[in-house]
Amino acid sequence: MQQIINFLIKNKHFLLFLLLLFLSLIFTIQSHSYHKSKFISSTNFFSGGLYGWQNSTSDYFGLKGENERLLAENENLRNQLSVLLGLKPTDIKKTDTLSFDKPYTFTKARVIKNDYSKIDNYILIDKGENDSIFPDMGVITDKGIIGIVENTSKNYSRVISILNSNSRINAGLKKSNQYGSLVWNGKDPNIVQLETIPRQAILKEGDTIITHGRSTIFPRGIGIGTIASYKLNQNKSYYLIDIKLFNDMSDIGFVYTIKSRDIEEIKSLED
Amino acid sequence: MNKDTLLHITRFIVLILVQTMVLNHINFLGYLNPYIYIIFILLAPININRSLFLVVSFMLGLTIDMFGDSGGVHAAACTIIAFFRPIALRSVFGLSYEFQTVKLSNVRFGERFAYVILMVLTHHIVLFSLEIFNFSHILLIIKKTLLSSLFTIVITMLVLALFRRNNS
Repeated sequence: MQQIINFLIKNKHFLLFLLLLFLSLIFTIQSHSYHKSKFISSTNFFSGGLYGWQNSTSDYFGLKGENERLLAENENLRNQLSVLLGLKPTDIKKTDTLSFDKPYTFTKARVIKNDYSKIDNYILIDKGENDSIFPDMGVITDKGIIGIVENTSKNYSRVISILNSNSRINAGLKKSNQYGSLVWNGKDPNIVQLETIPRQAILKEGDTIITHGRSTIFPRGIGIGTIASYKLNQNKSYYLIDIKLFNDMSDIGFVYTIKSRDIEEIKSLED
Repeated sequence: MNKDTLLHITRFIVLILVQTMVLNHINFLGYLNPYIYIIFILLAPININRSLFLVVSFMLGLTIDMFGDSGGVHAAACTIIAFFRPIALRSVFGLSYEFQTVKLSNVRFGERFAYVILMVLTHHIVLFSLEIFNFSHILLIIKKTLLSSLFTIVITMLVLALFRRNNS
């Protein structure tokens, strides 16, 4: 017994070192698996608040670009509206905008921290459980998808960006129904990869890739990017496609989160 | 609490703020950031209690991790260089370390440079190996380590030269 205690005292620095290293490795390994890294995260009051404060001061410098983006989005929506106005009133199924009974609800949020230079990138937004944002909700901009909410606190949420090696999102071709999963190889923040598109698919550079609505997270038809290049995999059964994103991932100001109405219903069917 | 302790605590806080608010957003060439918060570990007193030093370094790394959403990679890297700092000091400064007379502000440039290189390289190798966490990307790990180390070493040497205390 005496010897054990002596050993502990003699090696206390080394043992402490091993303990701390072990702890940090556990955090690291957790952060590499999806939905586990709840403990060390920037959604807490302290770092979230500090980032919010930093963002509210640096926001002014991006106002011009943000305005132009809003104008472009308005223009786009107005064009769609004019198509609808051209239809006869009876063609349009009237929906009461006050009722909440629509399949998807969009909530706007401000990005207060955005990474794109690491292998596992996360985005922090300034809405949380108080604004009824919960894990597994999709996040988009007017141009295309950004990621999926992974972790929430009262006032902040962390979004797992599509530029993250753990991110897997169903996506497919706009012109056909073949779909695969969207991943990122960590190299270029403008290029993501689409895997497991069957070789029967007919592809062309410049084809549009959209979300395919096969999960409850994103509705069908949200833009992702265009095909930059493609090749068959080694055993020639699937295409590996490089996709040029619509979004500039290094310049994201405001985003929308998507809440699906039918998520409970679909989940109960799947179980 | 004497003046020196206060100085180290202030340095701890200022370095974390500078690192997370400014330096993590540089992204030079798309992905290069200097990690100068380890100056705290470089400049910690030679005769500090080793257990305390390990715990403080771990907390430093963990705070950076919290801001950067990187799990525990900085914590691991900091703990490792904190543990191996005596070895680095002994191999660089030799006898004057044994007599505990080393002051980083008044050693020769070459020795200070060697010490910074040794610590920064160790830190960055651990950091990027854990961050990328995939040995099929070994070339990416080496590339990021070397380029980021260069960046960190240059900035660290500049900061050390700028904030040198004149206690001649």
